[in-house]
Amino acid sequence: MKLLTLNFLTCAIKTCKTSEASFPLHPRDAELEIVETDLNLPFLKNILPRLMWEEIRTIASELGLPDLPTTAPTREDLVENNAEVQASLQNQTAESAEPAVEEIPSQTAKDLHRILLETCIKDGKLVCGNCAHEYKVMEGVANFLLPGHLV
Amino acid sequence: MATTTYDANGEEQQRIYEQTHVHAVYEQIASHFSSTRYKPWPIVEKFLQSQKDGSIGADIGCGNGKYLAVNPRVFIVGSDRSTNLAQIAKQHNNPHTAIVADTLALPHPASVFDFAISIAVVHHLSTPARRVEAVGAILGLLRPSSERDGDSGGRALIYVWALEQKDSRRGWDEGHEQDVMVPWVLKEKREKAKKGRRKEEGVGEEEEAKPKEDKTFLRYYHLYRKGELEGDIAEAGGEVVESGYEKDNWWAIAVRKR
Repeated sequence: MKLLTLNFLTCAIKTCKTSEASFPLHPRDAELEIVETDLNLPFLKNILPRLMWEEIRTIASELGLPDLPTTAPTREDLVENNAEVQASLQNQTAESAEPAVEEIPSQTAKDLHRILLETCIKDGKLVCGNCAHEYKVMEGVANFLLPGHLV
Repeated sequence: MATTTYDANGEEQQRIYEQTHVHAVYEQIASHFSSTRYKPWPIVEKFLQSQKDGSIGADIGCGNGKYLAVNPRVFIVGSDRSTNLAQIAKQHNNPHTAIVADTLALPHPASVFDFAISIAVVHHLSTPARRVEAVGAILGLLRPSSERDGDSGGRALIYVWALEQKDSRRGWDEGHEQDVMVPWVLKEKREKAKKGRRKEEGVGEEEEAKPKEDKTFLRYYHLYRKGELEGDIAEAGGEVVESGYEKDNWWAIAVRKR
C-alpha cells in the first residue's frame, strides 16, 4: 500500500472520526517495499494541494524514513530549473497551458514520487491514535473490517 | 427466480445475513467473478474520464478493480468487502490503491473526495435503512459545495441492478419480487491455485470429492425499481444531478445537498 493512501485514511470506527487523534493512522511493525513506477510530473503537481504535509512528515519519521522538509514543496519546486526550459516557458503565449518543452522533474519531485508512490507498506499494522485499534496490512492490502462488537 | 428467506429482525441479523449471502459468496467466487468483469461500462468510464487531473476519488465496492484502470491521472482508493477481490484489484495500483473495507464503516476522513463511484454494490444491502445508510456513507466522502468558491462540490456515481429488465436473461420486471437470491455457477474447471488464497483450498477440496459437479452460490440482491435510487439519495441527504437507465441498471450522479 502506497504511503499516499494514508493521506486519505482514518479509523473505520465512526466515533473516532470526529477526533483529531484518528488522523493520520500510525504505521507499526511495518515492512516496507519499493515498488517502482513511472514518475508522472503533472500528477504530482496536481496532487500537491491535497497533501496533509505535517501528517505525511510524521508518518515518514515513524517509518524511519529520511526527514522531509518542514514545508511542503510548491509546484515550481517539482520542476528542474533548467535554463532551456525557462526560456521556452517565457516564450509561451498566455493561452497555451502546456509547456512547449517537456518539463524535467526536479530532485524534489523524484523524492516525493519515491516516498508517496513507490514506498509501500507490504505487511504490518496501522494504528488509530484515538482508540488504538490496529488494522492489519497483509500482502500490501490494508484490512479495515471491524470485529462484530465494534460495528 | 428464487425467493428470499430473510427476516428483517435487527441490524445484527442483517449484517450476518449479508456476511453469509453476499460477502462469503464473493470471497469464494472472486477469481472466477473477476475473470468475467473486465469491460468498463460506458457511463462509468465517461464519469471517470471527466474528472479533473489530480482529483481524489473513492471506488466503493471496487471488486476486481476494473475501474481503477480507467484514468491514471486521478488518485482512487478502491475498497471492497472481499479480501480476495481487493488482492486482485491491487494489480491496478498505478497510481491507485486497493483496501479491504465495509461500505458502512469506511476508513476515510469525511468531505475530502472529489468524486466517488459505487457500481453494483448498494443493491447487496438487505434493508431499506442499510441501503440509505450506504448511500449516505458514499455522499459523506464528498467535498461539499461552496458558493463562495463557486465550487459545485464532489460528485458520486451510483449504479444498482434494476427490477425492470424483462429483456435480460433473468427476465425480471415491474411488479416482481424485489429481494431475490441470484445464483452464481462456479464451473467445474480447475482454476490455477493462487498462492496464499484460502478460498481456493476450500473449493478445491469440494472439487476433489465430486469431480464433475458445478458449484452454485446464491447472492442476495435488492432489485431497484424506477425512481427508488433517487429516493434513497434524497433520503440520504443528497441531490440527484443526473440519472438514467443503462443495460438493466439504474444509475444516478449525486452531490451533497447544500
